[in-house]
Amino acid sequence: MVAIRVPKSQRARRELLKHAPKLVETGKKTLILHGTKTSAVLNSALADIFHLKRDNAVKFSKKNDNIRPFESGGETSLEFFSLKTDCSLLVYGCHSKKRPNNLVLGRTYDHHIYDLVEVGVESYRSIESYVYDKKLAPKLGSKPFFAFIGEHFESVDELKHLKEILLDLFKGEVVENLNLAGVDRIFVCTAISPTTVYMTHCALHLKRSGTSIPRIELVEVGPSMDLVVRRHRLPVESLKKEAMKTADHAKKMKNVTKDPLQGKLGKVYIPDQQIAKMTLANDVKGLKRERREAKKNKEHSKKQKMNAE
Amino acid sequence: MAEAGAVAVAAVTNYEVDLGNLMAYDPSHHLAAASSSRGELREECLRKGTELAQAVADALFALPATEDRDGPMVHLPPLTTRFPREKHLPKPKPPTKWEQFAKMKGITKRKKNKRDWDEQTQTWKRTYGYDRVNDDRDIPIIEAKATDEPGVDPFAQRREEKKNRVEKQEKHRLENLKKAAKLGALPSHIQLAATALPITGTKADVPKKSRKKDLEDVAGMASSATASGGKFDQKLPGEKPLKNPGKHRKFLPVVEGRGMGNQEKQQNDKILNALLAKSSDDQMDVGKAITMYKVKKEKQRRKEKETSSASNKLKTQKKPLKKFVKKKA
Repeated sequence: MVAIRVPKSQRARRELLKHAPKLVETGKKTLILHGTKTSAVLNSALADIFHLKRDNAVKFSKKNDNIRPFESGGETSLEFFSLKTDCSLLVYGCHSKKRPNNLVLGRTYDHHIYDLVEVGVESYRSIESYVYDKKLAPKLGSKPFFAFIGEHFESVDELKHLKEILLDLFKGEVVENLNLAGVDRIFVCTAISPTTVYMTHCALHLKRSGTSIPRIELVEVGPSMDLVVRRHRLPVESLKKEAMKTADHAKKMKNVTKDPLQGKLGKVYIPDQQIAKMTLANDVKGLKRERREAKKNKEHSKKQKMNAE
Repeated sequence: MAEAGAVAVAAVTNYEVDLGNLMAYDPSHHLAAASSSRGELREECLRKGTELAQAVADALFALPATEDRDGPMVHLPPLTTRFPREKHLPKPKPPTKWEQFAKMKGITKRKKNKRDWDEQTQTWKRTYGYDRVNDDRDIPIIEAKATDEPGVDPFAQRREEKKNRVEKQEKHRLENLKKAAKLGALPSHIQLAATALPITGTKADVPKKSRKKDLEDVAGMASSATASGGKFDQKLPGEKPLKNPGKHRKFLPVVEGRGMGNQEKQQNDKILNALLAKSSDDQMDVGKAITMYKVKKEKQRRKEKETSSASNKLKTQKKPLKKFVKKKA
């Protein structure tokens, strides 16, 4: 009965080390799966999302009937899959009469559900239905532009949340240096009502203009859909605070200043003296001992005197 | 949300541009009438998208670019919108028992060579693995010492000692891992068995086993129920003596320093109020009243903050599932 499991092969060990938490995080992986029933629209939507995120996404093909994201016990399967595939973004699709073409977008923190947004997919047009010049097709893995239009993204809570999740889902790897020749895609999201967002994916056509900044033209390539926000679950405050912690808060050394003349300086603070709570400084027992010894010495010296005499 | 990292001023409106994310947000756009057809909606969105994309591109191409062999590279500014991490921050490993000892003694690590000179066969042999230097099994003769008992097999003894050493090492390794796991800094190639942690909920939900210290303290807590403060209680064999036996008597200090109010006066006031009050409602403990008022105000303020910040429209169901499900509009 061993409570600790160690991988038996070096390959397994290397795979596990890849899953380790890093100080500065780069791209998140996505898990795409579906529930008991899916519709044709939902199937093509999930396939298209997988196509957009080919390199860092995992798509499950079996149906999973014990996943209910918004119920308290129904997310254990999702967390287990997230743990095993090391994915922190979830896209779960299920179709029912009450919620047709339902898509649940979620994020995990430490493989526990962090937050969820449930959207319904309407007026969906898949990638195949678009005809365009194949030379403009965006390459896999390029960093996309984002355009959010509409005041509702700021005023309505659900849309604010959806905006965060869409950014997280499609932004790809976090890089410091960007190759300007490699910008070729954009996600345009318009808030057409306080509950609906019209999202479309376009390729960027950089045209020559007089200045060094090219003129941009949008060509619709990818899926376009109406996302109707149904439910959402914000993260718990404590979890949110922990998840938003960044790595660069190095421990500040307090009370140390550097003076060019005197070197390192620090202040010594002496607390208030609590006279009421202090014990008396004189060692009472010691006092007794001193008196005793003084008396003894006096006796001794008296005896000596008497002896001398 | 969406504070401007580098605000690009477009011709007409002010867009919020987050260059680190290549994002542009137009907060002031009001969509035209909802009755516009699908095609017109598309056109409008594409047009607006083009404007925003142009704004981002303006800011992006304005950055100083270095020529790389693939093309011009720019250094993106740090992100303005903050995203949650996907995993916790890595915690530093606690030093193992040997590392602590080595630090205290000043022992530093030394590199061992892969091959070493073997005196017995006068060849270079590897330090570990098959056919290694100083292998225990290669010793042909062990000379008998004066302290050896007859009948004791020295080869078996050596094997026994090695086995003990290996077992001790394994025990120490597990103890080090347990210590690291307690601090949450388990090395990532080691997994705890599935029964160790619950799958849902945060780590804070795992019930902690009561520590030996806590169990010992509980016995001491019950002693406050006796009149003499547990001084004469019968103790079980092996139970530790109480930390603070006897009644707790508090005396007023002889010299009062600077502080809030005269303690002796307060003590006398309390007794007088209790004696002279006609009913128990008359006497008011001012300090207690102030504390109660403050707590109530704090709760109110907190509740107001929560209700005003949370959305009014689609509140999450925090109550447990009821037998019937209310149909929402």
